[in-house]
Amino acid sequence: MLGRLVWRLVLSAPVILGVSVIAFGILHLTPGDPVDAILGARASEAQKLAMRAELGLDRSFPAQYATWLGNVLTGDFGTSLMTRMPVLDTIGARVPYTLQLTLSAFAISILLGIPLGVFAATHQNGLGDHLTMGGVMLLYSTPEFWLAMVLVLVFAMGLGWLPVSGARSWQHLVLPALALGLPEVGAVARLMRAEMLATLRDEYVLTARAKGLGPLHITYRHVLRNAAVPVVTWLFLALPWLIGGAVIIENIFAWPGMGQLFFQAILRKDFPVIQGLLLLIALLTVLSNILGDIAAGAIDPRIREGR
Amino acid sequence: MATTEPSGVAAPAAGAVFLNRFRRNVPGRIGAVLILLLIGVAFAAPLIAPQGFDAQDLSKMRHAPSADHWFGTDRYGRDVFDRVIWGSRIALRVALIVVAIQLAVGVSLGLLAGYFGGWVDRIISGLVDLVWAFPPLVLALGLIAALGPGLENVIIAIAITSWAPFARVTRAKTMSLRQRDYVEAGIAIGERQGAILLRYILPGVVAPNLVLATLTVPAAILTTSALSFLGLGAQPPSPDWRAIRNDGRDSMRDAWWISVFPGLALVATVAAFNFVGDALRDALDPREDS
Repeated sequence: MLGRLVWRLVLSAPVILGVSVIAFGILHLTPGDPVDAILGARASEAQKLAMRAELGLDRSFPAQYATWLGNVLTGDFGTSLMTRMPVLDTIGARVPYTLQLTLSAFAISILLGIPLGVFAATHQNGLGDHLTMGGVMLLYSTPEFWLAMVLVLVFAMGLGWLPVSGARSWQHLVLPALALGLPEVGAVARLMRAEMLATLRDEYVLTARAKGLGPLHITYRHVLRNAAVPVVTWLFLALPWLIGGAVIIENIFAWPGMGQLFFQAILRKDFPVIQGLLLLIALLTVLSNILGDIAAGAIDPRIREGR
Repeated sequence: MATTEPSGVAAPAAGAVFLNRFRRNVPGRIGAVLILLLIGVAFAAPLIAPQGFDAQDLSKMRHAPSADHWFGTDRYGRDVFDRVIWGSRIALRVALIVVAIQLAVGVSLGLLAGYFGGWVDRIISGLVDLVWAFPPLVLALGLIAALGPGLENVIIAIAITSWAPFARVTRAKTMSLRQRDYVEAGIAIGERQGAILLRYILPGVVAPNLVLATLTVPAAILTTSALSFLGLGAQPPSPDWRAIRNDGRDSMRDAWWISVFPGLALVATVAAFNFVGDALRDALDPREDS
């Protein structure tokens, strides 16, 4: 399995290279002089020259890119303009928070989504199915930031059960994780329902019925396990989306993760940090897509790639 | 996906079956009604809310919902209901522009890749893989970091980051259509390549792209709203449903209506498109008959 992972990564090399060009080159899309954008109009000529030299803007694009890529390969992502610390350390300090947040959100979406999907599938076209799927679709259509604000309004400001923002205790994690995870309940439940229904039509279910196994036994021992395959794949495919959502949620709740850092870097035009985050998040996306494929193959040998 | 019949070659009976199936889907019907309502409201905004979205009445700041002001007033004494009504125009405009760009870019690249194959396909598929390697919101934020804030830049950023699914679907469909007898016949009677692409293949890729578009509209609206919420999109005093909410963030505790009502309008719109998209997909999916 490790061999397959390495091989897929090798095959992704052109994409990874292209991604690095985009991550690096985005600075150069700035209309006018990026240095003006970073320092503002009132900076002196000397300051501008220094910044230009720091960012390497005094050289040609290919030369800048080659230097940057070479440094990145040795683990040097440059220095943050905000913190004056190495970009990698600046980002590294934020990773545990984003990890906590996204994993909690995943847990919420799966723990609620799978039972809801199974319930809807086993009551197909009944009232329970329609109500569940309708409700789940509403959740799925709710923007995270709005959900976050309503949650704050009710549970933090109204009832006073949970803190409004910050990251000092586990209570601080509850609302952000709910705001990020609840919309995804919709995704999991819909996926689970569709897969359950498809699996219920399979021949082996008919065989199990013919053998006289009870409906509960069939649902939980035979169908659930097979229907869970796409959910595992979904976990990996959804990871990049959750990181996108984390940008919003972390900013609402002052949760000091990568998303908050990304937004701060955008406001402060901290391009070394923006470039580093773009590259790392894209690498993570490529990796999780590959892992999703491999995981699906590991659980279900039928979809394992040939060769 | 590859097994759905292209609408261009489908018999009239298939169209009737499709309509019938769509009509049987209750959430789909509700969604369609809501979308029509949204379009109606957007067009009729000057009639429904003749005072416009920016009429201030400083004697009535942050009034709770009442018979006079159904959704209350905001901190400048502006009527939240009026602003929600005018905001529908922004939501609709964003949806239309984004979808138009997605379709134009995605479908044409997909057609070219699927029809010509070879190095054309390799370059285009490489581009698709590149865009696919970024979470859309993250890449959009990166682009806005460079381009600067504003609704136009947000729309550009979202369009740039979200055409890839259209190219992928169109490419797959084009590749299968290219093998069809009627296309081979067209080539045999000496039709020009442009004509083959536009008259023989394009009609066949409409249906899957239509479904995809109904499903990406909500994504586009949600992403725009998220970016606007962060203060990067529509700027005040625009009645954008999200900008209102960003205002509302400060006054959440004592004036919940400023943020709650525009949010409900947003949820209803996004859900409506999702319901219709689901219904379209089910209606076009031949497996459902079993």
